[in-house]
Amino acid sequence: MSNSNLQLTVEGREKGNVGNIIQKVIIYVLCTFLAILSILPFWMMFVNATRSTPQIQQTAVSFLPSTHLFDNIKILSSKNMFKPLVGFLNSFIVSAGATVLAVYFSSLTAYAQVVYEWKLRNAFFSFIMAIMMLPGQLTLIGFLQMCYKLHLTNNLLMLILPAIAAPSMVFFMRQYLQPALPIEIVHSARIDGAREFYIFNKIVIPIMKPAIATQAIFSFVASWNNLFTPMVLISSTKRYTMPMMVSLLRADIYKTEYGSIYAGLTLTILPLIIVYLLLSKYIVAGVALGSVKG
Amino acid sequence: MKKKRAYDYARYGYIFSIPFVLAWLIFQLYPIFYTLLLGFTDLKGAGNTDFNILWSTPFKNFISVLGNKSFKTAFINTLIIWGCNFLPQILLALLITAWFTNRRSTIKAQGFYKVMFYLPNIITQATVAMLFAQLFLYPKGVVNDLFLQLKIFDKPVDMMRIKSVTRGVVIFIQTWMWYGYTAIVLISGVLGISPELFEAAEVDGANQWQTFFKVTLPSIKTMLLFTLVTSLIGGLNMFDIPKLFQNGGPDNATLTTSLYIYNKAFQGGYLYGEASAASMIMFFIIVLLSALVFYLLRDKDEVELRKLVKLQEKEYKRKMKMGKI
Repeated sequence: MSNSNLQLTVEGREKGNVGNIIQKVIIYVLCTFLAILSILPFWMMFVNATRSTPQIQQTAVSFLPSTHLFDNIKILSSKNMFKPLVGFLNSFIVSAGATVLAVYFSSLTAYAQVVYEWKLRNAFFSFIMAIMMLPGQLTLIGFLQMCYKLHLTNNLLMLILPAIAAPSMVFFMRQYLQPALPIEIVHSARIDGAREFYIFNKIVIPIMKPAIATQAIFSFVASWNNLFTPMVLISSTKRYTMPMMVSLLRADIYKTEYGSIYAGLTLTILPLIIVYLLLSKYIVAGVALGSVKG
Repeated sequence: MKKKRAYDYARYGYIFSIPFVLAWLIFQLYPIFYTLLLGFTDLKGAGNTDFNILWSTPFKNFISVLGNKSFKTAFINTLIIWGCNFLPQILLALLITAWFTNRRSTIKAQGFYKVMFYLPNIITQATVAMLFAQLFLYPKGVVNDLFLQLKIFDKPVDMMRIKSVTRGVVIFIQTWMWYGYTAIVLISGVLGISPELFEAAEVDGANQWQTFFKVTLPSIKTMLLFTLVTSLIGGLNMFDIPKLFQNGGPDNATLTTSLYIYNKAFQGGYLYGEASAASMIMFFIIVLLSALVFYLLRDKDEVELRKLVKLQEKEYKRKMKMGKI
């Protein structure tokens, strides 16, 4: 009796499962299609970066790499215009500087929000939330005029310093710190004679490490990918950042060097792809984390 | 004694907030007001910093921007490109969310798929735009070759001369870049819903679709609205892709407001005054939208808590009064 009962349930489950399996197959097929769609343009780019211009002119579509990558890079650098190393270095200086400043001062501001009881605390927090979405891009003309007057155009510092005030990062850090920081630690450190600034640097920063790591990744990538601000502020090619270098590939001297353009594009995003593949788990988790609020 | 201690340390709250406030005043507030001021001036010419305020016709720049045909085109383009990318983006994201959070049939390799879906979002937009421009080259681009091989075209077509195709590609790029992000955000929102809600729905015999539409969607309503508004704000600032893809062309088909402002201010006549006025018009629209975000992001738990405390205080006072009387 128990046997037939078991069979019945198994049959019932299988019946329901046929529809379920079809549904699952459809989902896997569509998801795989989307995944392929995500890498296909980049794969085309990479493959064509390794093919010579005559090869591309014969058939632009190929899924297998060729052997001309270094020739293409050589042609690229021989024109003395597109300089990936210069772009890389400038972008690195700006992104690293901006990230360090943003992360440190956002943590500090968030700490002031969480630990101290001051009169304007709540008002200041409301203020931070209010300015969070204001677009810097639309006030860039005023910013540029300010830089003209201070003779600070073409200075990477003006791309780095504004990062000190990063409202959305303060918001995130506060949300993280509030439950994560046991106030007793601060109290006992005070009893041991530690100063406030010392407590922040030596005790609170280590506690915030996970949040700092997440925010640092996003801040770095955002700064690295920024095109508008440097494009407006910087005119000397010596100070060009990576996205600006990309725009140089539009120049006429590269027009017919198809392979080299693809190679140049590949060079600009190679560091990003490597970083993404190494940290993808944390990055995706970070995207989810940053949005839980709301 | 407790109060005294709080008082002693309070000043550090101010001290530690100083760097943020200073940087904000210099790098954000000052440029806002300066741009606003420039909107009322005749400032033009590359690198020029001398200007006259237009005392006799102060709103001249604003009026000429609002009456400008290119600005109108740019504004409508921006809305079309944003709207046509947001709809498929959110639908795709919702579909992925429904698949990935289905409690009855779990999808494997979710982590891998999420990493893949999010990939286009992290790559430099400038490079993405240039890459697509390259793929759509005429006559020897990858897309042209592909369509020839698939016999869709008999001869190469210069697709980037057709307005709707160019705009369609920009819309595609935007959707392709952002649906993964939106999906991850929504999935994390659904995972935050109390499992008891789903269990209750299951016990009541709701099927998958009923559960999704009656339980899941209403629970992430605020999040959806938040996604909508932030996406709109981002969309109104769209610059990199239309700039480097076809530089606003053909025939202004992919000219966005940010690109319009950039062209006004940093190309041709360097009309800083007019560009500032256009900036401020867009700025005002975005301020209104961000006020909406501010309203959505309010810490609801805290608001509730404050209400509760007040209620309890009232109750307590009433009881005191009654006891005294």
